[in-house]
Amino acid sequence: MAAEQPNPGPELAGAGLWKHRRSVLDLDDFTREEIEAALETADRMKAVLGRPVHKVPALNGRTMVNLFYEASTRTRISFELAAKSLGADVVNVAASGSSVEKGETLLDTVRTLHSLGADILVLRHADAGAPHLVARETGISVVNAGDGSHAHPTQALLDAYTMRERFGHVAGLKIVIVGDIAHSRVARSNAWGLTKLGAQVVFCGPPTMLPPSCFTAPGGSPWPVSAEESLDRAITNAHVVMPLRIQWERQDGSPISSLREYARDYGITNERLCRATPDVVVMHPGPMNEGVEISAEVAHGLRSLIADQVTNGVAVRMAVLYLLAASNAEEAHSDRNTRSHPALEVAHASSS
Amino acid sequence: MGRYVAAQSDGEFDVNVDARGLIVAPGFVDLHCHLREPGFEDKETIATGAMAAVSGGFTTICCMPNTLPTLDRGTDIEFVQNAGRRAGRARVIPLGTVTQNQAGLELSDMSEMADAGAIGFSDDGRPVWDARLMRFALELSRRHGRPVVDHCEDPRLAQGGVVNEGRISDLLGLKGQPTSAEEVMVARDIQLARLTGGRLHVAHLSTQGSVALLRAAKRDGLPITAEVTPHHLTMTEEWVLGSENDGARCLYDTRTKVNPPLRTEADRLSLVEALAEGLIDAIATDHAPHRSIDKDCTYNEAAFGISGFETALGSLMKLVESGQLTLPDLVRRLTSEPCRVFGLPYGTLAPGASGDVVIFDPGASWKVASARFFSRGKNTPLDGQTLRGQVRATLVQGNVVYDSTAAERP
Amino acid sequence: MSAASSGERLVLGADEMRRTLARVAHEIIERNQGPDDLLLVGICTRGVPLAARIQKAIEGFEGVAVPLGQLDVTLYRDDLLAGGARELHRTVFPEIDITQTHVVLVDDVLYTGRTARAALDALMDYGRPRSIGLAVLVDRGHRELPIRPDHVGKNVPTSQEDEIVVRVTEVDGKDEVIIKQGDVGALRGGAQ
Repeated sequence: MAAEQPNPGPELAGAGLWKHRRSVLDLDDFTREEIEAALETADRMKAVLGRPVHKVPALNGRTMVNLFYEASTRTRISFELAAKSLGADVVNVAASGSSVEKGETLLDTVRTLHSLGADILVLRHADAGAPHLVARETGISVVNAGDGSHAHPTQALLDAYTMRERFGHVAGLKIVIVGDIAHSRVARSNAWGLTKLGAQVVFCGPPTMLPPSCFTAPGGSPWPVSAEESLDRAITNAHVVMPLRIQWERQDGSPISSLREYARDYGITNERLCRATPDVVVMHPGPMNEGVEISAEVAHGLRSLIADQVTNGVAVRMAVLYLLAASNAEEAHSDRNTRSHPALEVAHASSS
Repeated sequence: MGRYVAAQSDGEFDVNVDARGLIVAPGFVDLHCHLREPGFEDKETIATGAMAAVSGGFTTICCMPNTLPTLDRGTDIEFVQNAGRRAGRARVIPLGTVTQNQAGLELSDMSEMADAGAIGFSDDGRPVWDARLMRFALELSRRHGRPVVDHCEDPRLAQGGVVNEGRISDLLGLKGQPTSAEEVMVARDIQLARLTGGRLHVAHLSTQGSVALLRAAKRDGLPITAEVTPHHLTMTEEWVLGSENDGARCLYDTRTKVNPPLRTEADRLSLVEALAEGLIDAIATDHAPHRSIDKDCTYNEAAFGISGFETALGSLMKLVESGQLTLPDLVRRLTSEPCRVFGLPYGTLAPGASGDVVIFDPGASWKVASARFFSRGKNTPLDGQTLRGQVRATLVQGNVVYDSTAAERP
Repeated sequence: MSAASSGERLVLGADEMRRTLARVAHEIIERNQGPDDLLLVGICTRGVPLAARIQKAIEGFEGVAVPLGQLDVTLYRDDLLAGGARELHRTVFPEIDITQTHVVLVDDVLYTGRTARAALDALMDYGRPRSIGLAVLVDRGHRELPIRPDHVGKNVPTSQEDEIVVRVTEVDGKDEVIIKQGDVGALRGGAQ
């Protein structure tokens, strides 16, 4: 049996698989190798999606539940397509129209879904830390699909994948994230993911939209990024510019004078991009407000990778689901080995 | 009956407690706690709270009026006093509200409540945000002589904030309360106290800036006092990332959610320093018990508060062990000083004083097991941690109301 | 340790391996009645260099480089989630119409037949070849599925406790096939 297991080939040498990872809550606890394994695996998944039959049976018999407490189109569908392309069964639960409306707590809802046989829970919630709570208290395998202003790890992975696809590498790129950083889970997860891959990340926005610790806290900001109020300064020599939507739903009173002034000071236009590197690209996690943080010309122009981001999202989420299922299966398998196959254990021990 | 007479080594005693090798001190006095009754009896009752108090060495506890209904008039005060007497453990002394229903719109019947025995007035849980009403309250305090205890928080600056604003709030994507949300209110209250000559007590001071404001106000001779909680003296915002004794760190530890939020190490150190030098007058627990479901939720959803009676001494002894506070100073800030702040005749072992005594072992190690708290509130980030300093027995008016060897825990 | 050294036996050395693959190459051409419409597909990992060598051998005596592909079957395995994490390798096909080809899958060891089954499914998702054959360097028996190889380098009778190790220069730095005999007694001793 051992002879039939594929051994690490030369092309993937060194790219570690995920070990004992039960959940994907953020990229802060990822190693560079784990992120690279995800991107490399996403490459294989993208190849699957490019075939006439874009489906494999890898997760046959597994059930993934999309539990979304916040409105979402692209992320939910992206996860759903990813799971289906791996042969998993998918159940979508929206907070409205479910027991949540009858006052059930988040934990009880998840416990119910777990009891019903859900293997992987994809959770979006308005509260930061909701997936951490669920992972800790229920033991289910959780993929964070966005928790409040905190994290959106699969978005950060697909952003890194899209940059890597365009530039061949992420290390050494200067990436400017512009706008409502304080409320952006995309900016936070990208701050971890991109810097772990060796990129330089700059947060840019009006002082009212930058995380307070970028300026005031004694320890400075928690991420290895720099902050810049002037868009023209930030954008100089940038390889990637990523404007963000103003998260009105998380604001309490407007942090800007007017949309008109915001567009004037922070809107990404072709003129603004002249200061960046000649091969600069523009990315946006969506949904966009064209004419505010990004001009229509840029959004739909040659420098835009926005459509690629959406396409790559499915491949990256396939990679995440596959690696997570495989990582968890390894644990389950080693448990089984120690119980019922002492011979395998000994064979392993004698070879070391 | 029940009064302290004088040290004597022979004669007939009603009560015998073996205190060899232990510290004998006046019973602790808490200026700030939440007993939840009436209205929230599933979080705590006056009886369970008073039992938890004596097990933590507290013989007199002053409870906040943010109950349901709020304590707005004389009969409300009497309800709490009677329930405290029936419980027969710690002496329970209520505060009344400053504004009716704590709505911040109309003043409560403070004079009537003062006559009924309210020891002070507070809308704790929220500030008296209307400066004009705060001015009136402070002016009235000159008449009844009872302090106005303000929970200093600018409601707009703090709005939605669940942790201290800064590195940790940014890291976790949680809305923060800036330290200035507290400080602008402390500054406002100090100026109003200056204007009115009223009696201001600042509740649960938590920032370095508030300490500086307090220092300036006291230097000007204003009749202002302040308190600090055991958790602000011993914990920082880093605790939100989960306590490390748990083995695996649990980010978003909702048991650390408290208002005002846990601050930075610099803030903590300035509070300890201010307490040691006597600038901050007293330690008050802000004991805030909650149900488990109030904490088994997201950080945003979780209720503010830490169940504090039963861990106060053990956590504060860390300051003594680290040399930041002497044991006599610690005892003073838990006894005579709070009594001075609220004008209470307790907190002393002088002859003639009420026989309120705590006997504790300052070196005894014990592991916090909140499931075995007398309090209904099991909400503490100290659960599972080992503390040093344990109460052996507590006497109120000469009666043993708590004996660690005999008490039956839940 | 003693079991590994005393129970280890060489099945094929480098020279034997070369000759064996040459014979398999001849068999493939013979069966296909020439190199036309042939597509060699190596199953990752060690099937890939073996397929390349067969291709080279064919080129040597036919003067034609038959198209070569490589197939990763990981996502099609029936033991994927029980067997633990596996890295995914690239699947590569030449730019030809698969539906017109006679595919010969190439792998190092045929054992239970589960890899071959996965390969058949994987291949079908890329297109519908006119036929699919299977060539393996070693057939060690113990089939669990109705799979039969068309070309076998060497039949090696084994017990289920044995381990067949195939090494190829491209992956392992040298060419050899060895059998590690599982000593049931030693295993039992080691278990305590």
